[in-house]
Amino acid sequence: MYGFEALTFNVHGGYLEAIVRGYHSGLLTAADYNNLCQCETLDDIKMHLSATEYGSYLQNEPSPLHTTTIVEKCTLKLVDEYKHMLTQATEPLSTFLEYITYGHMIDNVVLIVTGTLHERDVQELLEKCHPLGMFDSIATLAVAQNMRELYRLVLVDTPLAPYFSECITSEDLDDMNIEIMRNTLYKAYLEDFYRFCQKLGGATAEIMSDLLAFEADRRAVNISINSIGTELTRDDRRKLYSNFGLLYPYGHEELAVCEDIDQVRAAMEKYPPYQSIFTKLSYGESQMLDKAFYEEEVKRLCLAFEQQFHYGVFFAYMRLREQEIRNLMWISECVAQNQKSRVHDSVVFIF
Amino acid sequence: MAVATTTANIYVRVRVIVIRLTSTVDVKMEYIDNLPSMDLMRSEKMMFAQLIIPVESAHRAVSYLGQLGLLQFRDLNDDKSPFQRTFVNQVKRCAEMSRKLRFLKDQINKAGLLPSPHSISQPDIELEELEVQLAEHEHELIETNANSEKLQQTYNELLEFQMVLQKGGDFLVPSGNHSAAQETELDENVHTNNNDADTASLLEQEMQPGSANQSGVKFISGIICKSKVLRFERMLFRTTRGNMLFNQAPADAQILDHVSNEMVIVEKTVFVVFFSGEQARTKILKICEAFGANCYAVPEDTTKRRQITREVLSRLSELEITLEAGLRHRDAALTSAGFHLTKWMDMVRREKAIFDTLNMLNFDVTKKCLVGEGWCPVFAKDKIQEALQRATFDSNSQVGIIFHVMDSIELPPTYFRTNNLTNAYQEIVDAYGVAKYQEANPAVYTIVTFPFLFAVMFGDWGHGICLLLGALFLIAREKKFGSQKLGSFMEMLFGGRYILLMMSLFSIYCGLIYNEFFSVPFHIFGQSAYKCRDATCSSHTVALCLSRNSDARSIGLVKDRDTYPFGVDPSWRGSRSELPFLNSLKMKMSILFGVAQMNLGIILSYFNARYFNNSIDIKYQFLPQMIFLNGLFGYLSLLIIIKWCTGSQADLYHVMIYMFLSPFEDLRENQLFRGQGVLQALKFLQVVLLLLAFVAVPWMLFPKPFILKRLHTERFQGRTYGILGTSEMYNDEQSDSARQPHNEEFNFSEVFVHQMIHSIEFVLGAVSNTASYLRLWALSLAHSELSTVFYEKVLLLAWGYDNVIIRLVGLAVFTFATAFILLMMESLSAFLHALRLHWVEFQNKFYHGDGYKFRPFSFAALTDDDE
Repeated sequence: MYGFEALTFNVHGGYLEAIVRGYHSGLLTAADYNNLCQCETLDDIKMHLSATEYGSYLQNEPSPLHTTTIVEKCTLKLVDEYKHMLTQATEPLSTFLEYITYGHMIDNVVLIVTGTLHERDVQELLEKCHPLGMFDSIATLAVAQNMRELYRLVLVDTPLAPYFSECITSEDLDDMNIEIMRNTLYKAYLEDFYRFCQKLGGATAEIMSDLLAFEADRRAVNISINSIGTELTRDDRRKLYSNFGLLYPYGHEELAVCEDIDQVRAAMEKYPPYQSIFTKLSYGESQMLDKAFYEEEVKRLCLAFEQQFHYGVFFAYMRLREQEIRNLMWISECVAQNQKSRVHDSVVFIF
Repeated sequence: MAVATTTANIYVRVRVIVIRLTSTVDVKMEYIDNLPSMDLMRSEKMMFAQLIIPVESAHRAVSYLGQLGLLQFRDLNDDKSPFQRTFVNQVKRCAEMSRKLRFLKDQINKAGLLPSPHSISQPDIELEELEVQLAEHEHELIETNANSEKLQQTYNELLEFQMVLQKGGDFLVPSGNHSAAQETELDENVHTNNNDADTASLLEQEMQPGSANQSGVKFISGIICKSKVLRFERMLFRTTRGNMLFNQAPADAQILDHVSNEMVIVEKTVFVVFFSGEQARTKILKICEAFGANCYAVPEDTTKRRQITREVLSRLSELEITLEAGLRHRDAALTSAGFHLTKWMDMVRREKAIFDTLNMLNFDVTKKCLVGEGWCPVFAKDKIQEALQRATFDSNSQVGIIFHVMDSIELPPTYFRTNNLTNAYQEIVDAYGVAKYQEANPAVYTIVTFPFLFAVMFGDWGHGICLLLGALFLIAREKKFGSQKLGSFMEMLFGGRYILLMMSLFSIYCGLIYNEFFSVPFHIFGQSAYKCRDATCSSHTVALCLSRNSDARSIGLVKDRDTYPFGVDPSWRGSRSELPFLNSLKMKMSILFGVAQMNLGIILSYFNARYFNNSIDIKYQFLPQMIFLNGLFGYLSLLIIIKWCTGSQADLYHVMIYMFLSPFEDLRENQLFRGQGVLQALKFLQVVLLLLAFVAVPWMLFPKPFILKRLHTERFQGRTYGILGTSEMYNDEQSDSARQPHNEEFNFSEVFVHQMIHSIEFVLGAVSNTASYLRLWALSLAHSELSTVFYEKVLLLAWGYDNVIIRLVGLAVFTFATAFILLMMESLSAFLHALRLHWVEFQNKFYHGDGYKFRPFSFAALTDDDE
């Protein structure tokens, strides 16, 4: 019943909401980032992180550290927390939590398929996969030669199967195909997730529709920018946009015909929420767009915590942690490569 | 022995308290001031000291101070992040060493060896030496582990190969007679039938043509985890579009497998896949790789197979021996490391603490000395200086360590020297708030009043004895429990063992007064004062008389002897007037205790004010508070005592209520005294008390803020400049409320509102807190009624039957109810209520509790954290 979540939410979701809010309060603070940015070596970073919640995950690492170890261990913490929540969750929260990982699953499928296309070692590829997006038979993806096989052999068992309905072709896999496949899958996934959240109703639907709409719009912009100058036709491009979000449908029409970044910008500036993002960038620049979008996303995700009795906090927490890990990776890379002047370039502060 | 001395201590303290309570005359004040100071009454005197330590002796000095554990360092590098500090490299080295130690410990645990608790006495080794040793140990371990892992790997592979040869061979035996298999169209029905039928039909088909065809059915054999078999088979089926045959058999031997850096025993299954075509082969091999299945080529020829099997077996036995030797070698290395492990860990932990502390120190200008600041108790000055001298001497330093006392504007930390018994009570008080520096410490009084108030609610000497046994058990096992880790619940119980002891002793005492033993009355102190009206029954069987004779219930008993000498007469039990009598007694008693304890609280506020030289608080807070509380509730207590002494039947409710409503009217039958003169005097007294109480309210409300304001304006009259920050230094000596006005501006409205809240709280609190003490009565009643119910309705009822089983069941239910409901739940609730009475009703009269604890740098405190 809409608006009455407060009465019954805590029966099943109360404990986990408390847990996730507790996790949320463990995110690194401004002071932490300040200190991290001053680190001279990776050991300093480890030393600083040992005072945070990452401490127990990093303390047993032998001293010459690598960025990958730090990221790996930090991700491990996220995965542990996710698994803890998943085992505690009941329906429909457990389904909701599973939905969060599908994005990683798509990325992993694409990673493996692209990797095998370029004849990389499967084990090596598996190590690069995001642990949240793992499924049983992921390694067998290497066997498949085309989309149809991919679907028939492996993906039919996974939750991704329904999303494949639009991209089953017998064409051989190549980079372009795979990229289209990724975006088609992602589109289907976002729409499905959106429908699921609408079905849940209440504050969850309200908050998640906002967050997912932003995600869809961001993908639409990225697809448009990335497909400029490729052989992707306008109609094909139009097909990759998710059928919801602030830009749907008129914004999509405009984006579909854009030929350069300034046209994208002109299309986007008609939408007040995105105007502020684009005003920060100078003309013709797309490098900083990612960061601007990330900042906007973090702001929205943080707002999700302002309201109680909804599932949006789980999504928001997972995203915020991932952003934090990206930040840590960037900082560690900058420290490791002695590029400390660039340390602030890509760090999105989460407060 | 410890118990005896501590109780003796308490006795002394109680006497001092009593003396403090009774002495209000000014002459005695000198006597009080001259009493030997008690360590628990007020927190230790602290001083702020500065240390200037030459660099060469700094490490040793800090380590000696850590052993002493009486100096709390202040962090002088607060603004620096951990890795910008001076000794960050040493801290990192220590962290690295403790990581290696953890690794060693982990390995020892994994190998199933127990680290020996008592380490061999070994000459102290230097940190550098230890670092080298640890590195060696770790290196050696990693190498041996890697080697044995490699060996294990080959061993596993061979074992798997052997399994595959053995099991897979069984599948091939019939077809093995033919040199090569045929290329056959496998029918659909091959897969719809079960496995046995499959092989049968396959074999038939193979046998028919007879001639050898080189591009025939091929097979791949291997071994795979049992949990993956189903998915593996399904995947094979999908990729080959069903053109394959899958045979499997469980492997007998348990094979260690390498799962996420650890060797785990995994159940595995041997499989043989038959298929045709070269493309299928690559696909199947890819799938095998993806599923982590190990493929081994099995020769089709039986003789060849036998020969290979023999070879494999011989190599297996060889490897087994090598593995064994490697394991022994590793175990020996681990045991030798294990001897010193605890000592090493302790040492590294200490070193890390030393460097962490050194990081709190500052370099002076010359960079040759470290400057540290910190708090220490005054009594520890000599010890610290001695330790510092020792450090200078031991490190052959040319320059001594300078230790001098400084002034500080900060409030010093609060430090109480406690022992086993007082510690628990101090914890109770600290849980509410750590005492302000040198504030009167409620823990002293809590030691007696807490168990006593508990016992008032838990008065039953049977239950008391049970608690006593529990407490004695905990105390007897003190040494054993103290050294080991307990669960959170046990730890709580163990921490409060002396509280438990005192509570049980007091509840035995109160139980004797209430005359309850599992709710059964006993004639311990002589015979009951009452007997039946009916002459036939003797006085011993009053209870019998009560149960049998309705006469005794309705009319009552006759008094024929002197009053029962101690506590409640057992004859009250079960009589008609039992409840009214006990209720009246306990209720009045609760009010008496309450008024006494609250008075103690207010008197302590006087001692606080006197100690901090705050005459305003005495005149405008302590005096009106005393007058208000005692004018109303002190008077009530007096009336209660008079009523008890004279046996008057006057209704005290009536007296108290009409004292407010119509103080001049006659009380008619509710007179406590006879005689006209006394009555007039009493009436006069009542009116005076009432007036005093009314005067006391504005007295405690208005003067203090106005006086503070006047003081402030007087002090800053004519000053147009603000005071400099440093001039605050001399304000430190003065009391808290006198210091408030110094904070730049005197905010009159704030002070006034604060005072208003305080006054209103006290006036309302006087009524509500007194009423709050009635919980003593309520819980005591609940406890005795509950135990009566369990005794009469469970035990006696069951005992009434002549059936052994019913009696046993009754006994069991009674025991469980006593143990869990009465001994655990009830004692917990009585504990909580006693806690509340102390925290709220007692401590809010005087206790500020806004100080902070003294946390000295000490090795002793280090050992239990970490882990």
